[in-house]
Amino acid sequence: MLLAAGASETFTPESWFFDNAWTIPALPCAAFILILLFGKRLPYKGAEIGIASVVTALGLAILTTGAWVGEYESHQGSHSAEAVTQDVELAQDTDSFEIAADAGEGGEGHVKAEPVVRKLDWLSSNGKSFGIGTLVDGQSVMMLLVVTFISTLVHVYSTDYVHGDRRFTHYFAFLSLFTSAMLFMVLSATTLQLIVGWELVGVCSFVLIGHWWEEKANSDAAMKAFLTNRVGDIGLLIGMTILFFAAGNTFDILDINDAAINGEIAHSTLTWASICLMAAVMSKSGQFILHTWLPDAMAGPTPVSALIHAATMVVAGVYMVGRLYPVFWDGMSIAGSSINLMALIGGITCVFGGALAFVQRDIKKVLAYSTVSQLGYMVMALGVGAWTAAMFHLFTHAFFKACLFLGAGSVSHACHHSFDMKADMGGLRKYMPTTHKTFLIASGALAGIPPLAGFWSKDEILAGTGGWPGTNGNGTYYIIFAMGMLTAAMTAAYMARTIWLTFYGDYRGHEEPHESGKRITVPLMILAFLAVVAGFFNMPSQWVGDGLGLKFEQWVEPAGTRLPGNFTHAKPSISLAIVASLLAVAAGAFVWNYYKKLYAKDPKATEYTDGLASRMPLAASAHKVLEEKYYLDHLYTDTIAAGTKGPLARAAYWFNQNILDGIVDGAGKGSVGLGRFIYKYIDQGTIDATVNQTAAGAGQSGGILRRVQSGKIRQYATLMFGAAAVLVAIFMAAV
Amino acid sequence: MLLNQFLGLAAILFCIGVYGVLTRRNGVMVLMSIELILNAVNINLVAFGAYQGDVGGQVFALFVIAVAAAEVGVGLAIVLLIYRNRRSIDVSEADLLQG
Amino acid sequence: MSQLAMLAAETQEIATNFFFYTIAIVSVLSALKMVTTDNVVHSALWLLIVLASVAAVYVFLGAEFAAATQILVYIGAILVLLLFGVMLTRAQIGHEDDLNHPQPMQGLMVAVILFATMVYALADAFGTTRLDALSEQRVERTDAVADAIFSTYIVPFEAISVLLLAALIGAIVVARRD
Repeated sequence: MLLAAGASETFTPESWFFDNAWTIPALPCAAFILILLFGKRLPYKGAEIGIASVVTALGLAILTTGAWVGEYESHQGSHSAEAVTQDVELAQDTDSFEIAADAGEGGEGHVKAEPVVRKLDWLSSNGKSFGIGTLVDGQSVMMLLVVTFISTLVHVYSTDYVHGDRRFTHYFAFLSLFTSAMLFMVLSATTLQLIVGWELVGVCSFVLIGHWWEEKANSDAAMKAFLTNRVGDIGLLIGMTILFFAAGNTFDILDINDAAINGEIAHSTLTWASICLMAAVMSKSGQFILHTWLPDAMAGPTPVSALIHAATMVVAGVYMVGRLYPVFWDGMSIAGSSINLMALIGGITCVFGGALAFVQRDIKKVLAYSTVSQLGYMVMALGVGAWTAAMFHLFTHAFFKACLFLGAGSVSHACHHSFDMKADMGGLRKYMPTTHKTFLIASGALAGIPPLAGFWSKDEILAGTGGWPGTNGNGTYYIIFAMGMLTAAMTAAYMARTIWLTFYGDYRGHEEPHESGKRITVPLMILAFLAVVAGFFNMPSQWVGDGLGLKFEQWVEPAGTRLPGNFTHAKPSISLAIVASLLAVAAGAFVWNYYKKLYAKDPKATEYTDGLASRMPLAASAHKVLEEKYYLDHLYTDTIAAGTKGPLARAAYWFNQNILDGIVDGAGKGSVGLGRFIYKYIDQGTIDATVNQTAAGAGQSGGILRRVQSGKIRQYATLMFGAAAVLVAIFMAAV
Repeated sequence: MLLNQFLGLAAILFCIGVYGVLTRRNGVMVLMSIELILNAVNINLVAFGAYQGDVGGQVFALFVIAVAAAEVGVGLAIVLLIYRNRRSIDVSEADLLQG
Repeated sequence: MSQLAMLAAETQEIATNFFFYTIAIVSVLSALKMVTTDNVVHSALWLLIVLASVAAVYVFLGAEFAAATQILVYIGAILVLLLFGVMLTRAQIGHEDDLNHPQPMQGLMVAVILFATMVYALADAFGTTRLDALSEQRVERTDAVADAIFSTYIVPFEAISVLLLAALIGAIVVARRD
């Protein structure tokens, strides 16, 4: 609205740290090589190299952040004198209310930092050059800080947690590589680098999730994570290729963004590109239907889960959306309407993911689904145009989610490596006071209890949807807003359940639990402290004044040219904040009382028989669906993956038996008759016959294909040379 | 002389080598046939180098010879291992990759 | 050019062609014997003749250094290695029945198709392109080869030396009895 008038001044930040940002990912990478080469022979088995490198990287990241903030504040200081006079002049001839609001929002009254790009040509072929370089702006500086910070704490924590493990050195080597890969991705100036970092992150997560690969379940989980991510990676490659050609043969992220903003790329091209890229985001950032690998990835050591969920792996997708925001914003918006597909995906993910967290027995899986849900929140925020809110939520979420995961690890450390809340936990607050307190604070932050970190970021997202009166975001999304509110309530509820089951009631495990050592509790306390204060970086200016408010937005938000031009920030609303907080507290209290009553009858019960699920048939079927994770895993493994071997028919039959019949029974007798009719005639007669024939056809073609795989070297060689001859012939004919 | 005289000779030797690889059952003889193929390629490299007046063709032929030496070393080691495990170097018997 | 010089050039052309075809026929026949003989040691000896005639072909192309290397490395080292392989795997010295695959037709077909496409491609691309390999300026001096290896191609050269080392260690590791 006010873009032309308040044209914000841009400046180019200068500092040694921005020019040499490559050193930050280079340090852990060097550590990876050194640990592999010499780790086993060192007194601490290589952990000291990893910690030293990541602490140095953290130091550099802090200095970089300091330089960035310092540059901003000094330019802002010299600018604000002029800006005030400008604003006054403008206020006389335009609507003064809007100007005041916008200036307060940190948009136009503030200077903007230009990204610092340092690039060199990696290789050039046929006139196209493939660059490699670093891109330093608010977003990447923020991520550098988060990644190195969480990684440092995870490193320290790990020295105790995986102490004595047979692959201790190997573990630290890959922890370093994981950190390095994520930092490399964060700093990438070209989409090509983004892909490389993205894949490296995937490989490292595979190795670390399968760290204890001797157990089949763990190596399966690693495979699942890797394969699910491959599905998205294909989308990433295709999407990036489309963007390369659409933006005029360039891999440069800034060039692509500029092309998208200036309308040089057709809307349909952007749509295809962003749909392909969205597949990658969905698999990496665990968005609904491709999120199934995330809970299974809990098979890895707990510090790795913390790293994956808080700082490295899963936020990669959100980060990429933020990076290529003009592409996604334009591409994912459905033509002719104001609905953005991204918001829908995020909204569905946060509701469905949150619902799954209710039925888990495994404390880490609760947290995993909560991550899915919170990532949905971020994607939803990006979808409604609340870029800064999404990044801020990423920032705060990193701290409290890392705290929760490390807390869960501490609990399992005490409970003899069990994660089962119902069977082995309960009443732990007496035994583990530090873990209990930090877990409580982080849960409060996650649930959005003021004034903890999550409250500020969640509130900003909710305001960003524009669904609450007087918030005025980039449109008014009532459904998305409702989904956000629902998720906020659900988050508080399932965290209340988790805390009750873990820390309250009576201890249900065997043997005495004990508080963890210093190397575990100190990182927890640091993270809990941050879970309290991280939110203060972006308090609305309207509430706390311009001097304190919206610092995060001013520091992180990129220069105006890199976000689509017509962006505005939603106005914060006190009534919304109060309602959302009360909703969260009420939901939490309700669940708390429910469990308190449930366990009052038999404090030692590891399975309770008179819960909601056993009293109400509707709740029971909902419970069943949730426990089976919406049957998505069955869909993937039984139907899609094993489809060629013929269980298609079985799966369809099973689907019928379990789901259709379940619904039918609940609905009543009349429906049962209908169900029987369907089952007998339509299903058996039509569907099964079709399905059987499909399976038989697949089986036959499999049999034919099988003959090619004879294992005979000679046959392979014959095919290879024959195929080469045929290809040469085709080539000759074509040229 | 024609360039094709050399290229044609190389093509004939190449195809004889391919025939050898595909029909021999003895692992060592398969390796010999591969050497024949590599030699045919080398003739091409040297011939094109002479045709272009570029010394690079010859240099790469030398590199191929060096790589061939490495290849034979590793190849024979594998054949020996197969022999030690199965008491036979019949490559058509080594079909554990069967799907 | 005078009549005499033209005549001399023509005679030289005929002479080189004569020698080339002699060597080519020898190498092709030896190669055929090599892939068909039913005696492993004979096969290795036929390969020797093929390798030697390829060295001779290099001389035709003015590549003396390559020819020398061919003889030193291939005949001096690789062939001996192959004969060791024959010995260590205790192949029969003499006639053997099951050296060839029972159905050679597949291999023959592939080889013939490959040959046909290659001949077509060569005829199409270089039909009557002349190669004056023996004229003065075409002969590559050995010092030029050395210069090229140690300046332009120094990186691949070093890479090959590392590769040879790796192959050496790899071969020992694979074949070692443990």
